[in-house]
Amino acid sequence: MKSVLPIVTVVLAALAIWYVAAVLLNTPLQRDAFANAGRTDYSTQDFIVASLNMERPKLPGPHQVAAEMWKSIVVIAPTSKRSLVYHGLITLEETLIGFIIGAALGIGLAVVIVSVGWLDRSLTPWLVASQTVPIIALAPMIVVILNQFDITGIAPKAAIAAYLSFFPITVGMVKGFRAPDPLQLDLMRTYSASASQTFMKLRAPASASYFFASMKIGAAAALVGAIVAEVTKSEDGGLGARLLAGSYYGQTVQIWAALFAAAALSAALVGVIGFAGRIAERRMGFVR
Amino acid sequence: MIDRRLADLVPPFLFGLVFLALWELVVRAAGVPTIILPAPSAIAARFLVSIPTLAADFWQTVKGMLAGYVVGCGSGLLVAILVDRSDFLRRGLLPMGNLVSALPIVGIAPIMVMWFGFDWPSKAAVVVVMTFFPMLVNTVAGLESASAMERDLMKTYAASDWQTLTALRLPAALPFVFNALKVNTTLAMIGAIVAEFFGTPIVGMGFRISTEVGHLGIDMVWATILVAALSGSAFYGIVAAIERRVTFWHASFRTKGA
Repeated sequence: MKSVLPIVTVVLAALAIWYVAAVLLNTPLQRDAFANAGRTDYSTQDFIVASLNMERPKLPGPHQVAAEMWKSIVVIAPTSKRSLVYHGLITLEETLIGFIIGAALGIGLAVVIVSVGWLDRSLTPWLVASQTVPIIALAPMIVVILNQFDITGIAPKAAIAAYLSFFPITVGMVKGFRAPDPLQLDLMRTYSASASQTFMKLRAPASASYFFASMKIGAAAALVGAIVAEVTKSEDGGLGARLLAGSYYGQTVQIWAALFAAAALSAALVGVIGFAGRIAERRMGFVR
Repeated sequence: MIDRRLADLVPPFLFGLVFLALWELVVRAAGVPTIILPAPSAIAARFLVSIPTLAADFWQTVKGMLAGYVVGCGSGLLVAILVDRSDFLRRGLLPMGNLVSALPIVGIAPIMVMWFGFDWPSKAAVVVVMTFFPMLVNTVAGLESASAMERDLMKTYAASDWQTLTALRLPAALPFVFNALKVNTTLAMIGAIVAEFFGTPIVGMGFRISTEVGHLGIDMVWATILVAALSGSAFYGIVAAIERRVTFWHASFRTKGA
């Protein structure tokens, strides 16, 4: 808890920089607004206050974003299409479905790769190479292809979320299953343990920390996938659709609110996984 | 040594060939419509026909990507060295950096398009933000990585802070820095392409993908993805090759028994 003060300081500094930047960025717009309204007798203070409360600012002030979030999360009913809860739940649902599928497939493939020698040699280089490819570029196409099969709504977005979380999880879990050192593997051999026994009693427990690390990365990737997929097919709602609508109509405050909602969602997902990880590692005796 | 590396390449190469052959076979035998999945041969044909368009798209996207990558990684490195001077700042910024690294930063793309216009600078801006934090977090961790013993040695040499930094801690941080540089190659590609989904002049890989998807030119989408995949791996490969030259001393590059 020693780091609370530094973190608070950094957050406050970031807010201060944000306010200054907002005034600076909005200055030309606000000057025009005053000129159009025929006002010339404004003080510097009036000007700053006005530029922090514009309807469509270049950069809204933090309080504007906070007010918009309050309004669209608490005030507006969650069933309304103007509610961030409504859109956030859509995104969360896609992310979770995709993440679970991606994690299951990723762990499954990692198990196969670690146990089957020739697959390892022929597949691993491709998996590593796949990390360098911007696979998110495939997102719009997957939506269209699934559309051809009459798969619409949540499914295509969950598919992209699954697809994006799949690769990092596979790579992380392969590393995790390889984490035991040769000495421990040799010990298993001296016990004449079978391959599946070695796997269940040594490789699987040894991969615990890799498991939680790759789950965190996978969850974050799944959320990015869901949001990008929503941008390419925005009529069903979701935080990505909210971002796109905001950018169409110049509603900057709305964009920032959606962005912070997405950030909170991501932080919550990663936080829950991290928490589960700490509990699991304590139970398994890794942390004393 | 060369022979062994060639031998290592044979299985994945064969696997790739078999995969492509199966793909081609399935598409032809089952008569899969091009709109769903074009055959590899059709994609290759489309690729060869549209090389001028693809090249123009490539340059447009690479401009934003490279500019953002250089600025983002450079400023991340500089800020990390500055932050390293103050324990207070480090304890405040590091958790923030870790948090931000996990956020869906591509979401700022529409804002950047509003601020910097449709052309490549807005894409560069997205890439700057995406690459900055991984570089910051990794470099700060890297600067910590020199052992207490090595630091004590520098102290017995009466080395100044600056000398300790340049002669010991920065070189010791290089593997971490290169790790961030490699991670950032992919992030930069993703940022540049996704930012183009939000608005762009009528050229660029992200633009090509979203418009061709719009009128079902799926073979062109695949050709563009091929370009993205090739340039993404090439970019990563170049950084990895530089890493091998610069940090040849690191344990992960020693060959067994050499």
